[in-house]
Amino acid sequence: MKLCLTVNGTEHTCEVHPLARLLDVLREPLALTGTKEGCGEGECGACSVLLDGRLINSCLVPALQVQGAQVLTIEGVAAPPGHLDAIQQAFIDHGGAQCGICTPGMILAAKALLAKHPQPTLAQIREGLAGNLCRCTGYIKIFESVVHACKQPPTGADATPGEPAAPSGATP
Amino acid sequence: MRAYLPDFTAERADSLPAALARLAEAPHPRLGPWQPLAGGTDLMVLLAAGKLPPGRYLDLWGLAELRGIEVTADYVDLGALTTYSQVREHPLLAAEFPLLAQAAAESGAIAIQNRGTLGGNIANASPAADSPPALLAYGAELELVATAGARWLPYSDFHTGYKKTLLQPGELIRRVRLPRLPPPGPDTLPAVHFYRKVGTRRAQAISKVCLAAFVLGDGQELRLCRLALGSIAPLPLRCLRTEAELLGPGALTPARVAAAQAVLADEIKPIDDIRSSASYRRRVAQNLLAQLIGVCNLSLRPR
Repeated sequence: MKLCLTVNGTEHTCEVHPLARLLDVLREPLALTGTKEGCGEGECGACSVLLDGRLINSCLVPALQVQGAQVLTIEGVAAPPGHLDAIQQAFIDHGGAQCGICTPGMILAAKALLAKHPQPTLAQIREGLAGNLCRCTGYIKIFESVVHACKQPPTGADATPGEPAAPSGATP
Repeated sequence: MRAYLPDFTAERADSLPAALARLAEAPHPRLGPWQPLAGGTDLMVLLAAGKLPPGRYLDLWGLAELRGIEVTADYVDLGALTTYSQVREHPLLAAEFPLLAQAAAESGAIAIQNRGTLGGNIANASPAADSPPALLAYGAELELVATAGARWLPYSDFHTGYKKTLLQPGELIRRVRLPRLPPPGPDTLPAVHFYRKVGTRRAQAISKVCLAAFVLGDGQELRLCRLALGSIAPLPLRCLRTEAELLGPGALTPARVAAAQAVLADEIKPIDDIRSSASYRRRVAQNLLAQLIGVCNLSLRPR
């Protein structure tokens, strides 16, 4: 199929199979290799991008579902080019990146979070990053980077890592 | 091993009638019948793993007829393509059907919730899916459509075995209907909505055991109890025999709790698999039942 989509503000047209993964479309014909493949099954979030403003796993979205869509990848996060987004700067300042495979996905997940909740609670940050796995940092530095990227210091109860979800209660 | 894409055909459906006409076509001699594709959170995983059967796939994602949440005085209708995120973001669902909102919040993480659909979760028919127990607890109904017309059926009848459902070839789920409770009045009974998913970790895990219950009671007895579990049988299971143990007059004493736990252990059919063991699942299901009854005993006191 002939696929037309807008990536980071630039229109692209390419010939792809309708079930080609958006991840492969980005990395191969469009040569935008900032988006990483981790698990390829929607578990790790390394391939996260924003599709029409919503966070998605690009390994799970087929080309025919992105016809005419707007996509934001890590290459388009620094805007204008050369001026890092506050989230990117925070990752640098607070050691949020190590090997770098999860970092693009983490930053896109944080971008989606802060677009939806400009002043998130600590629990909302935790939830916003919950679909992104990191095998290097132990998560704390990533979490702290996002905390520092917020305009206001986040508030609210923060669950201890590993603590089980609060049991659901009754409603009156 | 990844799928070989030239073995696959796929196209977008432009309207519901066009989609139903496609699905009603005679199977292709080599590629078979058209198969529906919604949010892709299951099928695309199978495709990447080389486990999706080659064939013809019809993309439903653009069908406006399968979208939207409609609220009337008596019920809420959710289009089959309603995503988990849309369930979570709907204030009336959070207020009146919190089990479904919680199931949506515990299905994958945000990126999955933005694509995974309620209809896809139902049609995919995994016994470990998170929304079916909530839908069973609320007495949901399904509307199925085909070129021949539409039919409604209780969701509790829909699953018939492991990955087996009453969905016929050429049929799609159009919407899911949740009956609303009457507005609060002097005779309104206190309600308990209880949902608990037990998995390996808090986010993104597939459940080992999941229990959803909707209970109405007056402090002396439970008047209504719908109890459903996931991951403990070949299909999402409404546990009618266990419900019967909990209904009826008299306090839910420890002896009655133990009796209900024994019935539940017999009613569910858990297996050993990659995520858990049958004995662990049986014990956890019993513990969740005890937790539910504890919440009921605290919450359903006379006003």
